[in-house]
Amino acid sequence: MAVGINDDPMMPRQFKIQRLKRDTVDTFSMELKPVSDPKEFNFLPGQFNMLYVFGVGEVPISISGDPTKPEKLVHTTRAVGNVTNAMDNLKKGQTIGVRGPLGTSWPVEKAEGNDIILVAGGIGLAPLRPVMYYLLAHRESYGKVVLLYGTRTPGDILFQKELENWRSRLDLEIHITVDRGTGSWRGNVGVVTNLIARAPFDHLNCTAMVCGPEIMMRFSALGLQKRGVDGKDIYVSMERNMKCGIGLCGHCQIGNIFVCKDGPVFRYSDIREIFTRREF
Amino acid sequence: MILAVEKKDFQSLFDALSSENYQIIGPAVDNSAMIYDEISGVDGLPVGYTDEQDGGKYRLVKSDREAYFDYVVGQHTWKRYLYPPDKKLFDLKLKGNGFEVIDNKHEIPKRAFIGMRACEIEAIRVQDMILLDGPYKDADYEKCRRNIFIVAVNCARPGGTCFCTSMGTGPKAKNGFDLAITEVFEDNDHYFLIESGTKSGENIMKNVKGREAGEKQIQAAERIMKEAEGRMGRKLETEGIKELLYRNFENPRWDEVANRCLSCGNCTLVCPTCFCVNIKDISGLEGDSAQRLRKWDSCFTLAHSYIYGGSVRTSAKSRYRQWLTHKLASWIDQFGMSGCVGCGRCITWCPVGIDITEEARAIRESERKGKVSASNEE
Repeated sequence: MAVGINDDPMMPRQFKIQRLKRDTVDTFSMELKPVSDPKEFNFLPGQFNMLYVFGVGEVPISISGDPTKPEKLVHTTRAVGNVTNAMDNLKKGQTIGVRGPLGTSWPVEKAEGNDIILVAGGIGLAPLRPVMYYLLAHRESYGKVVLLYGTRTPGDILFQKELENWRSRLDLEIHITVDRGTGSWRGNVGVVTNLIARAPFDHLNCTAMVCGPEIMMRFSALGLQKRGVDGKDIYVSMERNMKCGIGLCGHCQIGNIFVCKDGPVFRYSDIREIFTRREF
Repeated sequence: MILAVEKKDFQSLFDALSSENYQIIGPAVDNSAMIYDEISGVDGLPVGYTDEQDGGKYRLVKSDREAYFDYVVGQHTWKRYLYPPDKKLFDLKLKGNGFEVIDNKHEIPKRAFIGMRACEIEAIRVQDMILLDGPYKDADYEKCRRNIFIVAVNCARPGGTCFCTSMGTGPKAKNGFDLAITEVFEDNDHYFLIESGTKSGENIMKNVKGREAGEKQIQAAERIMKEAEGRMGRKLETEGIKELLYRNFENPRWDEVANRCLSCGNCTLVCPTCFCVNIKDISGLEGDSAQRLRKWDSCFTLAHSYIYGGSVRTSAKSRYRQWLTHKLASWIDQFGMSGCVGCGRCITWCPVGIDITEEARAIRESERKGKVSASNEE
C-alpha cells in the first residue's frame, strides 16, 4: 500500500476525525476516515502511522484499532509533547495527515496454534489491542490467550469497558495490576512483571508479545524466560525518535537497526543487547 | 580512447558542457577556502592553489606550480546539491476543516559536477544505497541524482587528512564518472588526460579539443597516480573493524575522546555520507499556511535521540561512539558498505582535531595491549 500520495512517501494523506474519545486524563482515541480514495485502511497489528497536525509537525503513533475492520482507522495517543498536545486539541470533523502503515507487525499468523501471552505497560496496550482484536476474530486458531496489563494508577487504565468485556469471557485470561492502588482499587498492586510468574500458559508452545517502557520490556522478557519461554518466542515493540518513518532520516537507529523499517516489532532474541546497553 | 588536452584547450570542456545546457558546479574560492559553486569556466578554478590539511587545520595556499587541481576536498560536499541542507518539501494551506498539500516541486537543472574526487563518487554511491535503494526512495534526491554529469578529477596530490587508499575508494576514480581527468605536470609539460566512463561522457568528449593520448602520456599519468597512493596523510586499518567496534562498546577510549569532543556536529555536516535529516514545520504568521522542511541534522545533538522522557544518548561519549561505530561498523550491516570513504573532512574540520583514524587505532591498540579484557557480549 502506498505510504504517502503522489508517489512521494513524505506527503501525507488527509483523514477526517470521525469520533474522539477520552480514554484517561492524558490519553485520547481518534477514529479516522480517509478524505479521498481508497476509503479503507488496511494494516497489520503492531504497525504505526506518521500522524501530522497542520502547522505543528508529525509523530509516529501505533495503530490501536481493529485490523479486521479496515473502514476505520483508530489511534490512541497520550498527549506528552508539542504534536500530541496539538492533536489533543483537534475537534471532530477536523483533518489530520497520515503516512502509513509503516513498520513490522506482531507475529499473529506465525503464532497460530500457540498460547498467546500479551504483556502491556501503560500506553503499551494501544499497539497490542489490534492483536487482541485479531485473536478474537480467529479465536479457534489459538490456545490460551493471556493479557497482563500494568499501569501507574487505576485512573490510567485504558479501554476499561473493553477490558471488562474481555474479562468476562471464558476464553481469555485478563490480569491487571497498578503501581499505586489509589481510590477504591482492590486489584493487584505491583509491577506487571509480577504477573508473569503465575500466568497460565504452556511455555513450550507460546508466543509472547510485550509492549511498554524499555525497562518493563526488559524485565518482562527476563520473567518470561524464567518461566521457560525461549527468547525467540518473545516479541517486543521499540520506540525511538522518528522524523520520516521510512528509513531515511537516520533518527531511530539503535546499533545496526532502524526501528522504523526493521521494527518497531522485533524478536527479543535478535535485539536483546539493546536492553543492557546504556545510551546505545 | 583517452584524450590529451592542452592547457589552452581545457576551456573547451566547459564550453561543451555549457552547450549541452549543463549548469556547471566546480571548485571555487570563497573566504580563503575551496568550496563548490557555480563556475563559468577555467577562470573560476583555484588555479595555482593547494591546501594544507591536518586535524583542525585547513589553509588554502599558493602552490609551487600553476596546476588546476592541486588541492583536494574542502568543507563542501556534493550532497549540498543532491540532498540540500535546507529544503522545502511542500507547502500546506488551510482549507475548510482540513488542509491542502501543495506539491510545488520545481524543475531541477541539469548539472555538471566538475572536480569530483574518487572518494566523493564513492560517497554518492553510499548515499544512493540509502536514499534510492531501500524500501522507500527520497523523491527529490532521485530527481537531483538523475540529472548530473560527473567530471571526476584524479587526485595527484592527496591531502594531509586523506586516507582513501585505506578505504579502497581512491585516489583514482575507477567508475561512476562520465568523464575522468588526470592532470599531468611533467618537465615543462602541462596537459590533461580525459577518459570517458559513459555514453554521455563520450558525447561531450567529442566536442573537447584534444588529441588521442600517446603511450608516454598515459604512462606519465599512471606514474602520478601510483605515487599519489603512497602520499596519504592518514591511514586506517579496516581489517575486522566491524567486529572490533562491536566488541568495544565499552572502552575507556570513548571517555577520553568525549573529553575533547565539543558535540558541535561539524564532522557530520562535512561528511559526504552522513544522511540524517530533521523534518519540521514552519507555520505562517496568519496560521493558515505552513511549510514542511527537510534540514540536515546531526547525531551529535541531544534532540536527535529525543523521545518522551528524555534523550537516549545524553552524553557526548555515547554520541561520538554512535557516530564512529555507525560510520565504520553498523553501516556495513545496514548497507553492505562502509559509511566512511576516507576523505578526511571530519578530521580537518573538527575544531579540536579529533581524528577518526586515530580513534579507531586507539581502540585497536587497547585490545592488542589487552587493556580491555571484558567482552561486552551478554
